[in-house]
Amino acid sequence: MFSFAPTIVLFPLLGFLFLGLFGARLRNEKLIGILGSGTVGLSFLVAVALFIHMLGLEPDQRKGIVELFSWIGTFTGTASSVNVSVAYQVDQLSILMTLVVTGVGFLIHVYSIGYMHGDPGFWRFFTYLNLFIFAMLNLVLADNFLLMFLGWEGVGLCSYLLIGFWYDRKFDVGGYAPGKAWTNDAAKKAFIVNRIGDFGFLLAMFLIVVQFESLSFDAVFGRVSVMTPGSDVMIWITLLLFLGATGKSAQIPLFVWLPDAMAGPTPVSALIHAATMVTAGVYMVARCSILFALAPATLQVVAVIGALTAIMAATIGLVQNDIKKVLAYSTVSQLGYMFLAMGVAAFTAGIFHVVTHAFFKALLFLGSGAVIHGMHDEQDIQKMGGLKKYLPVTYKTFLIGAIAIAGIPPFAGFFSKDEILWKAFSSDQGSVLLWAIAAAGAGVTAFYMFRLVILTFEGKERFDHHHAHPHEAPKTMTVPLIVLAFLSVVGGFIGVPESLMGGNALEHWLEPIFAPAMTTLRATPHHGGITEYLLMALSVGIAVAGIYGARTVYMKRQELADAWRSKYRRTYQVLWNKYYVDEAYDTLFVRSTVKASETVLWRGLDVSVIDWLVNASAQGVAWLSSKVRLIQTGFAQRYATIFVGGIVLVLFWLMFK
Amino acid sequence: MEITISDLWQSAPMVSLTLTGLVALLVESMKGGRTTAVYGLSLAGCALAFVFSLWSLGSEVIVFNGMILQGGYASYFSMVFTSSAFFTIVLSRPYMQRLHREQGVLYILILFATVGMMLMASAMDLIILFLGIELMSVCLYVLTGFVRTKVTSNESAVKYFLLGAFATGFLLYGIALVYGTAGTTNLKLISQSFAQLSGNSLFLMGAGLLVIAFSFKVAAVPFHMWAPDVYEGAPTPVTAFMSTGAKAAAFAAFVTVFIRTFAITGTPISEVVAFIAAASMILGNVTAIAQSNLKRMLAYSSIAHAGYMLSGIAAGSAEGETGILFYLAAYTLMNMGAFGIISWVEQQDDTKLTFDDYAGFSAQRPVVAAMLSVFMFSLAGIPPFAGFFGKYYVFLAAVKADLVWLAVIGVLTSVISVYYYLRLVMVMYFRDGNATIEERVPGFAFAVIGVIAALVILLGLYPSLVVDISKTFFKL
Amino acid sequence: MLESYLPIFFMIAGGIAFGVVMLKLNEFFGPRRPTEEKFSTYESGMEPVRTARERFSVKFYMVAVLFILFDIEVVFLYPWAVSFRELGYQGFVTMFVFIVILLIGLYYVWRKGALEWD
Repeated sequence: MFSFAPTIVLFPLLGFLFLGLFGARLRNEKLIGILGSGTVGLSFLVAVALFIHMLGLEPDQRKGIVELFSWIGTFTGTASSVNVSVAYQVDQLSILMTLVVTGVGFLIHVYSIGYMHGDPGFWRFFTYLNLFIFAMLNLVLADNFLLMFLGWEGVGLCSYLLIGFWYDRKFDVGGYAPGKAWTNDAAKKAFIVNRIGDFGFLLAMFLIVVQFESLSFDAVFGRVSVMTPGSDVMIWITLLLFLGATGKSAQIPLFVWLPDAMAGPTPVSALIHAATMVTAGVYMVARCSILFALAPATLQVVAVIGALTAIMAATIGLVQNDIKKVLAYSTVSQLGYMFLAMGVAAFTAGIFHVVTHAFFKALLFLGSGAVIHGMHDEQDIQKMGGLKKYLPVTYKTFLIGAIAIAGIPPFAGFFSKDEILWKAFSSDQGSVLLWAIAAAGAGVTAFYMFRLVILTFEGKERFDHHHAHPHEAPKTMTVPLIVLAFLSVVGGFIGVPESLMGGNALEHWLEPIFAPAMTTLRATPHHGGITEYLLMALSVGIAVAGIYGARTVYMKRQELADAWRSKYRRTYQVLWNKYYVDEAYDTLFVRSTVKASETVLWRGLDVSVIDWLVNASAQGVAWLSSKVRLIQTGFAQRYATIFVGGIVLVLFWLMFK
Repeated sequence: MEITISDLWQSAPMVSLTLTGLVALLVESMKGGRTTAVYGLSLAGCALAFVFSLWSLGSEVIVFNGMILQGGYASYFSMVFTSSAFFTIVLSRPYMQRLHREQGVLYILILFATVGMMLMASAMDLIILFLGIELMSVCLYVLTGFVRTKVTSNESAVKYFLLGAFATGFLLYGIALVYGTAGTTNLKLISQSFAQLSGNSLFLMGAGLLVIAFSFKVAAVPFHMWAPDVYEGAPTPVTAFMSTGAKAAAFAAFVTVFIRTFAITGTPISEVVAFIAAASMILGNVTAIAQSNLKRMLAYSSIAHAGYMLSGIAAGSAEGETGILFYLAAYTLMNMGAFGIISWVEQQDDTKLTFDDYAGFSAQRPVVAAMLSVFMFSLAGIPPFAGFFGKYYVFLAAVKADLVWLAVIGVLTSVISVYYYLRLVMVMYFRDGNATIEERVPGFAFAVIGVIAALVILLGLYPSLVVDISKTFFKL
Repeated sequence: MLESYLPIFFMIAGGIAFGVVMLKLNEFFGPRRPTEEKFSTYESGMEPVRTARERFSVKFYMVAVLFILFDIEVVFLYPWAVSFRELGYQGFVTMFVFIVILLIGLYYVWRKGALEWD
């Protein structure tokens, strides 16, 4: 059964190849849409079949590696040989991610048929989406670091292509330099910022090769027993891996690209920048949990960065007016929670949150897409309001998503977020401070989400009726919304903790994956009894307070919002300008780099040294060539003479050497 | 000392090709003998010999009383030779028809030259080696001057013949000296006593003369002088045949004698070969830059490629042998493809052979231009085409044999070569003009070039396809 | 050791002496009417000294090449004929194949008209 695993990867690849080669000639949106979504749907079906098969197996047999072919082999047979295969590893963790990627991916493909209707680049869009799914599945199913990196780079490329999909459009950059920029700039920003992270990933791989003489997960993880916990090399490897994760998953200090990435079409934001790609960093940390377990210092760093990102992004989200920007910061914040979970060694809770977040964040993004679609490309929530009358389905599903992310039981977000909060408090790596930051972030989350809901759907209609005629989205868009809303309600039941009489199926399912890491950390399960219930109630209370606050400020006493804005002007400015991170980066890195490369590298090094060297050597060779060609006179006698000269030289060397 | 039926059966590729040649000769002499029949027969003969070679690739046997090796190494080379012959025959037909000089004997000469090449690759005895070289060379002399009415063709044939005869003299002298010191011409026996012989200066001189004679055949500096003139003057398909099949055969002899028989690593012979290799790489690449005629450019490029491959000989190791074997397969394909397309574009009066004649070619014939670009990129050694791995393997062998300086020269001169290969690509794609193919290209020839281009890419993506086969051949 | 070469020495000496004696006898008894042609070196009827840049028909080459070909054939046939009995059946088959190949070539040459002078 495991041998079917490569077909999961194969279908989107076929879709990509077919659409890429023939898409432009098809001219039939329906056919393109069916092909594009169908391939992902097939992958999903195979993944489901595989999952059901694995359910029937003993836990220690739920793993299969399918090797397709040997990809790179260096210096075979010598001591320093590294062999990398294209091989796929199906286990409890990767099948879970595969189900999410293909399942949510399929829904978003279907949604895109409606959303992208009439776009001249319709076929191109589906080609890229299929390529993305292919790359993402490689990332998730890889059995070695290099193939994972291939997928890692592949999703980065697709992200780049799709952010700049509408390359002829501009978007609002907001914040520090209000105005417009080409979507290309956002795409480049995403790509370049990600490169910094990728660089870390690459360095980590080099260290792994040196240290473990292999890149396959089994070999590397199997050899960790000989490493000393907390050794320098383990700290470096994990820190560099985490640097890679901060790029892909938009954490401090590399989160700046994600808000700009909203310049892409909304289904892209939902699929790539919310549900799947950005969680790749979390997945990678989870996959390497045993490495991180050997570097407790790194785990601390991960937890602190995660918590800080969570609160920072949430506070920025409080004041943004672009519907997608709010969701983008919300994503950054939620990813922060996931890393917080990783940092406190609550790997299961982190992955749990990846899954539930995929459901409700995809739902929210698709809902916002329906709003934008219905409002004719308007994204400013200040110019909306009262839309629930026009978009009933979107409103209801969006509301469900908002409740889920706010963490109200029994919606999906509650279980996963509460698990993280509890672990942040109780685990050996956690602390009260981490818990407090995370809990505060949860309150802010509830507040800004309901601010968004209220400003968009409730209250007065603030849009211009002459220009905007809000209307409900077509079936292909609403059906995915309904499915995702359903998942956002029930998705949490896969991980109901034991303290709430649940079996915590997810934890048992993933146990074999994280067992080595937990053993290394000597972690013991904490059952806090009364404390746990108390904290749970507290976090629900915080969420409810956030929602209530938002309702008060934005529905009942709207003057409060303006009053606060002028009263806390300074704070508002800081938040509105996103803590001036973009400006800081611009002054510190971008400008100085541009300046240095212009004067030193370009004029100084490139033109006067390298160009000169290249030109001089080229001219030298050309001159030599024009002389040497004269040897060829065309006279056979001369040729024979040179021949004899050669003989003399050869024999002389052989005789007298 | 008996010849058995099994000897003949084991030598099926060679025997079948000889018989095909004889039958074709009879067909050609019969009244109203049709050239088309000879053409078809020759193609079928090559295909049959190829299949026989493929069949016997798995096992090496020594037949004819220790004189000839069949299967394995010999079969690998037979496959290269028969493919080269096949492609040449396909390309010759439209070319000669345009010149109104098509004669069946052209194909027959190609067949017999191929038999000579097979003898060279399968020789286990210096006499057989000599026989093969002569059989191949004599046919090639005639092929070079095949277009009797063209002065350039005649001139190049005479030059090739004179200098070839000159080289043959040294080859025989070398064989005589080796025989005089070793007491045998059997390579297997010589290999057993090579350790004592390598101190004997007469033996070294004999080996040196063999190096010289083989270097002449592969067109390595300073024994290369014939190559540019002959390559330019010969009919283009014949040039393609000389630069692929004949060069491969000479390298087969080189590998047989200097890697499989002698252990030359670290001896003065290896140094001499390394010097010749370095000189070929430098002179070939540097002179190629100044050429405006494509056939001359490819002639100098073939001198340079001989230099790259000689680095593998100088290494004298299993890696070197594997590298050369892969390189030859790749080189045969890409050079055949390049010459094939050039033969379509060139006109009867030897015009349309310069770089400028390709301006705007990509707009007129996009598919052909793309294929020619593939061949040029591959010749330049740019991944993912076959030429890259060829260079990679021979340079790797040189580095492992402590000939780092040679590998460095190889890489540096490869950089130079990129200039003139990509110049053609540049002219085709970025220069305005209306270069095109004037006459209709037969569908079959077109398909053959397409297959060659596909193989060049395939070998570049999946080199182990060939490397894994050739790894097993090292040493007798 | 060297004594065994003695008969050979006598043989050579006798041969030389015989040749010299016969020539001298001829010179002594024969009539002598010298002309320019008689004093020049014999070169199969060609003038020994004249310009080398002269063209003559390619037909001569054709005949010469064919002559050498069949001349070499004889070189193979003689030793074979001498040791025919020792070589036996296999020697016969081998030589038969050789002759057949040569005959095919001859047939080709014949059909192509290379044997005709005009």
